[in-house]
Order: sequence, then structure tokens, then C-alpha cells
Amino acid sequence: MVAKRLALGLLTLIIISLLIFLGVELLPGDVAEAILGQSALPETVAAFRKELKLDLPAHIRYFSWLGDLAKGEFGNSLANGRPIADLIGWRFSNTLFLATVAALIAVPVAIILGILAALYRNSLFDRLISMATLSTISFPEFFVAYILIALLSVQIIIFPSISNINEQMSLFEKIHAIFLPCLTLTLVVVAHMMRQTRAAIINIMASPFIEMARLKGLNRTRIIVLHAFPNALSPVINVVAINLAYLVVGVVVVEVVFVYPGLGQLLVDSVSKRDIPVVQASGLIFATVYIGLNLLADVLSIISNPRLRNPK
Amino acid sequence: MGKILDIKNLKIEGYSNEKWVEIVHGIDLTLDKGEVLGLIGESGAGKSTIGLASMAYTRQGCRIASGSIVFDGMELFGASKETFRKIRGSRIAYVAQSAAASFNPAHRLIKQYAEAPVQHGLMDFAEAEQKAIDIYRRLLLPDPEKIGYRYPHQVSGGQLQRAMVAMAMSCQPDIIVFDEPTTALDVTTQIEVLAAIKHITEQFDMAAIYITHDLAVVAQLADRIMVLRYGNLVEEGEARTLLDNPKEAYTKDLLSVRTFRKPTDQNDHNQNIILKVQDVSASYTGKEMVLEDINLKIRRGKTVALVGESGSGKSTLARVITGLLPPLQGQIIFEGKELPPDLKSRNREHLRQMQMIYQMPDTAVNPRQKIRKIIGRPLSFYFGMDRKKRENRIIELLEMTELPEKYIERYPGELSGGEKQRICIARALAANPNLIICDEVTSALDQLVAEEILKLLQRLQNELGVSYLFITHDLATVKAISDEIVVMLQGRIVEQGEKQEILTPPHHEYTDLLLSSVPEMNPDWLDNLLAERQAAQSL
Repeated sequence: MVAKRLALGLLTLIIISLLIFLGVELLPGDVAEAILGQSALPETVAAFRKELKLDLPAHIRYFSWLGDLAKGEFGNSLANGRPIADLIGWRFSNTLFLATVAALIAVPVAIILGILAALYRNSLFDRLISMATLSTISFPEFFVAYILIALLSVQIIIFPSISNINEQMSLFEKIHAIFLPCLTLTLVVVAHMMRQTRAAIINIMASPFIEMARLKGLNRTRIIVLHAFPNALSPVINVVAINLAYLVVGVVVVEVVFVYPGLGQLLVDSVSKRDIPVVQASGLIFATVYIGLNLLADVLSIISNPRLRNPK
Repeated sequence: MGKILDIKNLKIEGYSNEKWVEIVHGIDLTLDKGEVLGLIGESGAGKSTIGLASMAYTRQGCRIASGSIVFDGMELFGASKETFRKIRGSRIAYVAQSAAASFNPAHRLIKQYAEAPVQHGLMDFAEAEQKAIDIYRRLLLPDPEKIGYRYPHQVSGGQLQRAMVAMAMSCQPDIIVFDEPTTALDVTTQIEVLAAIKHITEQFDMAAIYITHDLAVVAQLADRIMVLRYGNLVEEGEARTLLDNPKEAYTKDLLSVRTFRKPTDQNDHNQNIILKVQDVSASYTGKEMVLEDINLKIRRGKTVALVGESGSGKSTLARVITGLLPPLQGQIIFEGKELPPDLKSRNREHLRQMQMIYQMPDTAVNPRQKIRKIIGRPLSFYFGMDRKKRENRIIELLEMTELPEKYIERYPGELSGGEKQRICIARALAANPNLIICDEVTSALDQLVAEEILKLLQRLQNELGVSYLFITHDLATVKAISDEIVVMLQGRIVEQGEKQEILTPPHHEYTDLLLSSVPEMNPDWLDNLLAERQAAQSL
């Protein structure tokens, strides 16, 4: 079962790589034209194409690109000729850092709020939480980001509005620097996870084994945390994975707003410079993260089911 | 002996159609220490509701409106949640109908056993573990030292039900409420659980409320019986007195044994055979055989009862006959002609001749279609009837199944369970079939309703000459309706023949086990049977 999911994940990844490649192929003109500009002579363009091996048929170029990727060779950037791996490497780790810190805050907060909302279902607290999380999710990220900047960086100067981090900074300094983008991301992703947790728990609360737990005289917190929550794990894991993937992939706008040196920022820059190999490589990295996290969610929700974990 | 529970003028309301409706109308109930009280009645009688109310618990959408529930000198009606929490599990425990649904699938059995005593502060986990093993042993669970460390899905249904009885015992409560604890089990498994319950209540001198719809079951356990109907008390009395000498007509009805089938004419042997199943083997996976070497015949206008426990392959055989599951080997011969094995390659005429009626009438009819459409569909599908003809025929079919004409305009949701099953019968008859396969058609119905359905099926057979293949695990039904009996065990037929022949000894070993496991009204039946079986074993 797990092996099947893994194989499917790999297949999805290959299809995505094909789509990315085809997407770039479909663009009018090619890299050679893009670099040399519209005024270039046809002979120059043709010679340059040959140099970049763009004159080869599409399927051969696709497979050689795929082969290079498998070996970890991303090729060189067209804009500045540097290896793409160097460009992406540290930016990607910055993006992961931001996403991880945001996730470490958002996931526990969302699950605890979800459990509390289920515990005090239909109370004022439940409604307030629902309203608050729904409001934050209803605004676009950049809006939430600018509001936070206005409040916490302009009105009261606590956090920087530009989240620049570098190697020399200590962990604490880094976290201080990225606090605002982190908060923005948290506010955006908490709602989904919290509502799914609440709904999954409430759904389980109608089961006969919950009635049995009540009739054993257990207290409500124990019933929800020990009896309902473990059985609600599967839907919760899935929504958490989708939101984690969103954290990594969806940070583009947030990174741009806070001028954070991450992969999203690089992607936006490369698109404006028509640096197609970098765009392709970044796209593939995002796809890998997305698929990887969803795969992990599938595997975890299989493992979280005691029937599958402990066969007869 | 002192009273442990004293319920007075208990009224419970249920929320329906946006208002509170009284469903239990002022019941008085007392329970002495060490006494077993049987609550009996059909569905809707309020017996489970009353059972749960003795723990001051109501299900979602119900509430205790008034009355008094005094447990061991404490008034529970209107008491605080903290009081309830302290009593539930530790002093009054509950055993539910379905252990499979009532155990938390995420935790091991012993952890769920220990939860109540540890949380109520009676003992620590290690002590609870030791006690659990002791009780598992007393309940004759296999491998008592280890079985607790399994997850609920890893043990069989009967074992799980006993593990739940053990869990209820974990705090040595004063009262255990048993809510239909054996209803979902096969007869042979039911015996194990009944024996366990009887043994444990006697040994610990515990009081119990035993809720069931089966008088014969309650007769084995109860000291006193209360018969309930529509939330009212019908009759109450000492178990033996009530069983020997019921006063109310309703109790007498419940007690009456079904026999309305005359023994078959032995001359019928030459009557033509309508369905022949020849050397059939079938499997779902292609590896494990679910059916092996099945041979059976059904004669025109006769009823063959197919008996066996769950998992014996009865329903699979029905799937093979109808073509839902093509057999690996063997043929289905209908009216002398071999049927294509696969449903898709059968023609409309093949389909028409064989119809099915299912166990759950609720799920077998589309709730969004009117009765007109449900019964009218086979009429237009098989016979291409126009609107006018269809309308007349539907009314005729409703009449045949003893339903009023006006039901043609109704939706299934507006009908009772028994009426819905009649609609299913009418739908099957609409195709003018020669054979109807009845798959546990009375299992989901209350006893008296089931009896009416069986009578109807019998009358229709006499009038129309249709044959039945009657799949059931209920031997009382078999006795009532069958001409011939086929007994199945683990995918094979162990015995088959005329009803008289099968039901008179000597039986096949397994048939004997099945027959002897059906509870009888005699309160000494269980004790005698267990003694007999023990004697037989020690021989």
C-alpha cells in the first residue's frame, strides 16, 4: 500500500516535469531569442541555439534535462551564467526556514484551537475562534502583511518590515527578523487546519465508542483528546500536509512583500528576467515539495490507522 | 435485600419535528441488590432509553423530563455532571449491543479495560492489568494473558463482546446495564456470551438490567421481567411466573411460537425442478474459496431455507445464483437451461425470472422515489407497460401485499419497516418471477412484524406458486417457512434434505450444534445445555 503511493507520487512528479517542460516549449520564441533580443541576426540566433543544444528535437532535450536533474545538475542561469544549484540552494533553505518556523507555530495552534472549539462546541469561544480565523483567511496575504507592517513595524516599532537574514545572524536574530512574514503565513493557514480538526472531532463524537467512554465516567477533555482525536487523525493529517505545502509554495507573495531572500523572490525575479532554466528548476522544486508532503500525509494517515498498522 | 435502584414516574422526551415529544410515559422500575431484571419489548418500546436513563444518561435529542432516579440513596435526576461522572463506569456500567463499534479502534483492549478503574482512582494500571487478566480468564477468553494486548479488530465478534463484559466489570460496579449484548451474534456465539454473563453476574452477585427483544434469551438470565411497549409498561412479574402464565395479550403474542407451515407432501418429489446449482465453487480473490462444491435444487412452488452462521457463504451463494459473482466452477441451471455465469451476459428474461428481497428494506428502496415509481419500474422495464396499465398493476400488487391503495403516492420514509419490506416484496412480484431469493428478509424486523411478513410470503406462494430461496441464520424462521433445509458451514453444504428429515435426530454434528443453540423459553435451558455439553466433553 505504501509502495503503491510512493510509485504514484513518482509518476505524478514525472508528469509535472513534462508539463513544466511543455509549458516552456509552448512559449513564443525560445531562450536564444530571449537572450539575444529581437534585433539579433537569424544566423547569430541559430548559432547560439546550437551552442545551447536547442536545435535538438524536443523529446531528446526533455530526457537530457530530466537526466541532468536526476544527477542534481540544474545547469546554468541565463541571466548571469552562474550554476542554478548555487542560486537556488541557500534561497531554498531560507524558504524552508521561514516555512518551518511558521509551521511550528501554526500547526500546534490550529490543532489546539480545533480541539478547544470541539470541546466548547457552540459556545461563545467556539464562535469567536471561528469568526477570527475565517476573517484572517478571507483577506489576501499581502493585505494581512501590510496591516501587520503598519501595526507592528510602523505604529509600534517592534519588528522589522524588511526581513533580511544572513549567515552571521544568530537564530534568535533570524526569528526576530522573520517574525512578521511568519505571523502573516500563520494567520493565513490556521483557519483551514483548525476547522478541519474541529469538524473531524465532532464527527467522531457521534460514534458509539464515544458514548461508551462517556458511560465509563471519563471527563470530557480526556474523551476528546484520547478517544476522539486519535481517530480523527487521518483527515487532520491531510489538511495539515496541504497547508504545509502551501506554506512552502505559497510564500511567493509574502517573500516579495517582506523582501525576504527566498526561493519565491528568486522565482519572481527570474520570470521578469526571462531566465527560463531557473524558472523550470524552481517550479520543479516546488512541485517536489508539494507532492512529497502530500505523499507523507498519505503514508502517515495509513500508519495512523491501527487496523492497517496491526494486521490480524 | 435492599433496593439499589429505584426509578419513579420516569418521563423521557425526544426531539422531533422541532418539538419535544414524550417517548417514555412514566415508568416505575426498581432493582434489588444482586437481582437481574429483564427489559423486553420491540424497537420503539423505549427499553434502551430507560436502560441508559438508569445511568442518568440520554442520547442526543432526548432528555429526561421528570421523575426520580434514586441510586443507592442518591437522587440522580438533576444531579451535577460531576456526580454522574463519578457513578458512571465505577458503580453503574454499560454493555452495548455492538462491541465492534463500542471499543475505540485506536487503543488496545486492556488499556480500555483499565481506563475506568484508573480514572476513577480505584487502582493503578498494573493492578488493573492483573485484574483484567483474571476476568478474561473467568470469561473463558482464549489466551487471557495476551488477548488484552490486542486491538479490537484483532479478535472475533464473540470474544470482543466478552471483552466488553469484562470492561464493564473492571470497577466491580453495583449494576451493569446490558443493552442487547447478543443480538448481533450468531446463535453458537450467543451461547458463549450468555454463559459468560450468567456466570459473572452470579459469581459477583451483581445487579443487572438486561435489555433484549428476545424473550427466550431473557428467560435464561432474568429473575424478573418487565414487558414494555411504546414507552409504557405492559406487564411485570417474576420471570418464571410471567413466562408460564402471561396475562396480557401482547406478552402472549411475543411468547407464541411460529408454526404455520404444514409438513410437505412426500409425493412432491417428482415436481419439476426450477433451479439447480451444480458443483459450484466461487471465490472473491481467486485464491481463497468462499464456496466449494455446492449442489442444490429448488422445486417449483417450494421453499428452500439456506441456513448458516455469518461467514458461511450463504449470501455469496445468492450472488453466484443471481450472476453478481460468476463462479469459478460449476453451472446455474434455471428451468433446465444453463444460465450465463455473468450478470452482464444474461438477458432481460433471465433477470425477470429471478428477483431478490434484501435484509434492510430501508436501504433497498430509493428514499427519493414514490412507491409508484419503485414498483412501476420493473413493470415498464420487463413488460413495457404504459401508464394506465402500470397504475392498475401497482394497485393490484399493493393489494396483494396487504397495503392500502393510497400508498402509491407516498415516499418510503413515510412507511414503517414492515411496510417497506412489503414494498420490496411487491417490487419483486412486479416482475412475475419464478424464484425469489430472500436474503435475511426478517432479520431487521421486530418479531411480530417479521411473523406477518412470513405469513404474507407463505400466502403469496400458495396463490402464485413462486419458489423461495430463503437465506437466514434464524432457525425459528426456518422451522416456520421451509420445505427443505440446506445447512452451510465454511462455504460447504454439510447437510440438506426435507425439513422433517433435518429437524429430527440424528443430525449432522454441526446442525445439532446450531439447533441446540437456539434459546428456548424454558428458564433452565441454558444451564441444562451447558451441563450437557460439559458432560459430553468430559466423556
